[in-house]
Amino acid sequence: MPVDPSLVGRAFPAPAPLSVTPERVSAFAAAVGHPAGPGEPGDVVPPTFPIVLAFDAMQAFLDAERIDLHRIVHGEQRFAYARPLAVGDELSATLTVTGLRQIGGADIIATASEITDATGAVVCTGKATLVHSAGSEAGA
Amino acid sequence: MNAGDVLETRTFTVTRADLVAYADASGDHNPIHQDEDVARSVGLPGVIAHGMYTLALVGRAVAEWTGGAEVVDLGAKFTSPVVVPAEGGAEVVVGGTVKSVADGLVTLALEVTCEGQKVLGMPKAVVREATVRA
Repeated sequence: MPVDPSLVGRAFPAPAPLSVTPERVSAFAAAVGHPAGPGEPGDVVPPTFPIVLAFDAMQAFLDAERIDLHRIVHGEQRFAYARPLAVGDELSATLTVTGLRQIGGADIIATASEITDATGAVVCTGKATLVHSAGSEAGA
Repeated sequence: MNAGDVLETRTFTVTRADLVAYADASGDHNPIHQDEDVARSVGLPGVIAHGMYTLALVGRAVAEWTGGAEVVDLGAKFTSPVVVPAEGGAEVVVGGTVKSVADGLVTLALEVTCEGQKVLGMPKAVVREATVRA
């Protein structure tokens, strides 16, 4: 099933804020081998960490549209940071569908995410494309 | 750092176990990163690394090159999958040069490959010059 074109312009918030705790940060940094800083473990927040929240917002979008996650491949991701992420941040995210086109049976879904802190200030913005392969239902 | 500087190429090995740890840490449990059958059912050549795992390796290389400088921009297109075999791992090679230093920002030109093939399109990383410790 192709993705509904009326989606463009709709916004999907992540269901809950994310607390940037030393535990979360050190688990993420360990998984990708990001170098630690001179301070306590979990002090250095890897730049791709906001994907945790952007992913929550994307999942809210997929759930709302009943799109299977396993039919999604990440096509592009860019982040622009207004300030460094810090332990103690309480982050919220909203994903907006900014474009939709079809190429060879796949939907190319363009999205923009805004990630804000507890004061409402923008910490970073993300732009992503998600490639949805409708595929044959028999295949899965 | 000065424009034209060639940065020391970094090689990272990605294993299936790394993808499991990353799925847990990031919340992205898409089975195409864990399950060979699901990956093949959607037309992939096998289990692939999360695109964001590869981009995180770029972030890691940038942190190592710059002494953990403040990142202002980071992104790429995921143009070719990093296929991670069940045994051993895939080697992701991150090469970089300093493209420009201007207006307090250092822009890096990057080339990210696996098995000799580019896996990221138009990769970009920009860091704040005043925070570079290299």
